[in-house]
Amino acid sequence: MRVGVITFPGTLDDVDAQRAVKYADGEAVPLWHGDHDLKGVDAVIVPGGFSYGDYLRCGAIARFAPVMQEVIEAANKGMPVLGICNGFQILAEAHLLPGALTRNHKLHFVCRDQWLKVENNSTAWTTRYDLNAEILVPLKSGEGGYQADEDTLKELEDNNRIVFRYVGENPNGSRNNIAGITNARGNVVGLMPHPEHAIDALTGPTDDGLGMFLSLLDTVVKA
Amino acid sequence: MARVVVDVMPKPEILDPQGQAVANALPRLGFDGITAVRQGKHFELEVADDVDDATLAKIAETFLANPVIEDWTVRRVEA
Repeated sequence: MRVGVITFPGTLDDVDAQRAVKYADGEAVPLWHGDHDLKGVDAVIVPGGFSYGDYLRCGAIARFAPVMQEVIEAANKGMPVLGICNGFQILAEAHLLPGALTRNHKLHFVCRDQWLKVENNSTAWTTRYDLNAEILVPLKSGEGGYQADEDTLKELEDNNRIVFRYVGENPNGSRNNIAGITNARGNVVGLMPHPEHAIDALTGPTDDGLGMFLSLLDTVVKA
Repeated sequence: MARVVVDVMPKPEILDPQGQAVANALPRLGFDGITAVRQGKHFELEVADDVDDATLAKIAETFLANPVIEDWTVRRVEA
């Protein structure tokens, strides 16, 4: 399994995402924002950070990077793509996922270990989880409030496209406590919390996040 | 050359916590009578004469604003 991890100017979590891929027995392939080249990978992770300094809007400039044009094309053909935090914002700006991420409702940057409920375990990235399992992973974002119009929320709810929901107090004002969603096909997933920071109890709160990368392994092996 | 102003505002139904924070600060600073504040973005573009309105609308719609959460207006002003 070869998994591309994109680095933009301002990306922070590419190294941890690469480490998570290696923990799942995959080969992490660094991808550069300025290249029109996915290097033949089986899947792509768009990691967290502050691409282009979050100028204009989070993800608004990264969306137009050369490598993203390749990611959009590949995602539309079914390649598994995971957007974490800023990566989720980029996928939303790129219209691979609906809605938008906005300033946290209480304006504070939130940095804490967060319980999530797994509500869809049939996506390319979540098959290793039990349905309704609760996992603990870090959340660290200032603009994680998920917003979408009523029609979009209904579409997500009715078609089982909400993958993760926040457990307990809503940390950022996300509509319907949404922490992560998927596209209609289930190959593209975006979430604000950071599974790649929770793959080993030595360095994270748990290893609950590793399931996402092991799920991908299953998806790629089956394909 | 012409000057073009693009204003981008959060849609009315979208929570604007920054605007609310500004509104909440005003009474503390002794300014009474301001009942609401909404915060947006203001862009000033220096534009060649042959750039048409459709192109300016496309710039606003696809890049300067995110139509999921924001409304935008484009107007040409005297430089």
